Amino acid sequence: MSLKRKDLLSLALLSVDEIMLVLDTADSFKEVTGREIKKVPALRGKTVVNLFFEPSTRTRTSFELAAKRLSADVINFSPSASSVVKGETLLDTARNIEAMQADIIVLRHSSAGAAETLANGVKSSVINAGDGWHEHPTQALLDLYTIRQRGMNFSGLRVAIVGDVAHSRVARSNIYALLKLGAEVRLVGPPTMMPRGVEKLGAKVYYNMDEGLRDVHVIMMLRLQLERQGRAQFPTIREYSRLYGLTAERVQLADAGAIVMHPGPINRGVEIAPDVADSLSSVILEQVANGVAVRMGILYLMSGANS
Amino acid sequence: MSILIKGGRVVDPDRFVGVADVLIDNGKIAAVGPNLSASVGGRTIQANGKLVMPGFVDLHVHFREPGFEYKETIQSGSAAAVAGGFTTVCCMPNTNPVNDNQAVTEFILERARLAGLANVLPVGAITKGSEGKELAEIGDLRRSGCVAISDDGKPVMNSLVMRRAMEYALAFDLTVVDHCEDLHLAEGGCMNEGLVSTELGLPGIPSAAEDVMVARNLSLSELTGARLHLAHISTAGSVRMVREAKARGIKVTAEACPHHFLLTEELVRGYNTHAKMNPPLRTWADVQAIKEGLRDGTIDVIATDHAPHATQEKQQDFTEAPFGIVGLETALPLTLGLVEEGVLSLEQAVQKLTSAPAATFGLKKGTLAVGADADVVIVDPQEQWEVDPSKFRSKSRNTPFAGWKVKGRVNATIVGGSVVFQTALVER
Repeated sequence: MSLKRKDLLSLALLSVDEIMLVLDTADSFKEVTGREIKKVPALRGKTVVNLFFEPSTRTRTSFELAAKRLSADVINFSPSASSVVKGETLLDTARNIEAMQADIIVLRHSSAGAAETLANGVKSSVINAGDGWHEHPTQALLDLYTIRQRGMNFSGLRVAIVGDVAHSRVARSNIYALLKLGAEVRLVGPPTMMPRGVEKLGAKVYYNMDEGLRDVHVIMMLRLQLERQGRAQFPTIREYSRLYGLTAERVQLADAGAIVMHPGPINRGVEIAPDVADSLSSVILEQVANGVAVRMGILYLMSGANS
Repeated sequence: MSILIKGGRVVDPDRFVGVADVLIDNGKIAAVGPNLSASVGGRTIQANGKLVMPGFVDLHVHFREPGFEYKETIQSGSAAAVAGGFTTVCCMPNTNPVNDNQAVTEFILERARLAGLANVLPVGAITKGSEGKELAEIGDLRRSGCVAISDDGKPVMNSLVMRRAMEYALAFDLTVVDHCEDLHLAEGGCMNEGLVSTELGLPGIPSAAEDVMVARNLSLSELTGARLHLAHISTAGSVRMVREAKARGIKVTAEACPHHFLLTEELVRGYNTHAKMNPPLRTWADVQAIKEGLRDGTIDVIATDHAPHATQEKQQDFTEAPFGIVGLETALPLTLGLVEEGVLSLEQAVQKLTSAPAATFGLKKGTLAVGADADVVIVDPQEQWEVDPSKFRSKSRNTPFAGWKVKGRVNATIVGGSVVFQTALVER
């Protein structure tokens, strides 16, 4: 079986079988990342371009490492300063890169839909590494991988996603995927952080964190964008932290074996208490480690190397 | 030079509907009636099976000149207008510089005269630079030829400034036009706020952003007695409030655009920038409310909000792409679609394109009364065609209707007694 699509743009578009294929493929690469020599020749001669219009260290590094471990040639391109100032459009930038025979373009962009626009305009495969508030499919796939690795079944799984859902691409990708996989998705946060109509997707909305966390198996914290303070979304970090910060006491409300996730970078003491971030229930660093294996799997599937 | 239009079905709203000849002489309507004969040396146009109507009046176009000539010029915009059957168009002041003074108004009128196609009537700015702070010299604007005032695209947020503008406009009997949008509520939004914006991760513009400004403007119109015209209303809430305000005798008129009675926010899926306009495409329920408003007369006018943008601008990603679509060359068949659908009678539809908009701005247009300017459009109501933006007279191609199969096409457009646009027509 293979991913019969040119691009990976969103999890809303992926079937359950495709999601499981990515996770299974990641499994085989997870083994590679544990070896003494962490490199396989699967993508030798292929070119992967990391096209990041938004600053990002961890996602870009994760993709870079994944591509290098597959023996691909990797180019990092951060046109935030250069070509945007010159007025070049996204499509023109991408066509230039394509003209250099890039096989896969990994795109991070501040506008929702940028990956789709790009994918429609170039022949290279496009992997969405985050587009505005829309989706961050590889992050959600590594989250799913981490959940599965912990021996949890998606069917009937209770997952709380806590924080600014309205402005979170990580939340959207996880909502789409988890609902498809049969999980119960609870969204926890103040009404100002809930996007209009989100319950129609099948998620449940909780304004009270204690209620939202009760008996969940997974607590997925979102990063609070501190610059939104005072801009009518929440009054102060202090109050936000009191109402929606994850403390050790709140973790107790969840299922006994519950895990705590965070896409990073974390604001210690804001959305997550330091002792929770460092506790045994935290899988935050496992997520980072799994990210490389999952992205190896995705690059492998997208490169057509398996066909 | 005289023109005799023979045997067409005349639709002159509120005056006459039926088969008749129309005689044009010296740039004016000379007669409408049976068995008219041509003057010596005059032209005769056979119009059997065609509709003969007053030229359409569009209260809402953007011709981009001065300042954005790469999108549209007064010449290209006028050519698009007459190709779509519009003989009179009112151009919004959001040019660069803004049409907030006599010099810009005179420039526009001069360009329109040189183009020699449609009647291009400028709408002046409400405030200097459309910055919403100080009133523009509205008296001067009126005197030099502006037919209404509006800060379209940059709505007046300060309610006191809007109140003063309405009061001041009374002195010149000018209609005050507002694009109703609370810029704080709409901040950063680029499509309707709802499930679709949530799914696409795009910042939304709630319908309340329009509704609260409609409510404010109705209150201010009631307070001041000013003539208020609401541009391109798009929400069920707006329709409800205007209906109620009219019932109470407030001097308000409203317009709707074809895209708001035909399309919904669903069209944005796929990040289609031709579905990006302001006000945004709303929900199915809003579309139904707009149609009901058109049907019961709450919405007086159909306007296009013709908003040309260059291809490269619309090729940007969705959040960056500018708002707006062109509309002059598609409005007629889309409006006739409402007749086909049974929403409007033919006479009502024509009225909303002619006499109603003319009355809204107090223009002596939109009629075939004897002595009126001979602005006439001849339409084949049966001709089917496919919308092909590459054939537009407009400089821009930004339309969501590309590839639509539509019915009803302009055969000839006459402005001031001169044929300014013509496709195949039998002449003798």
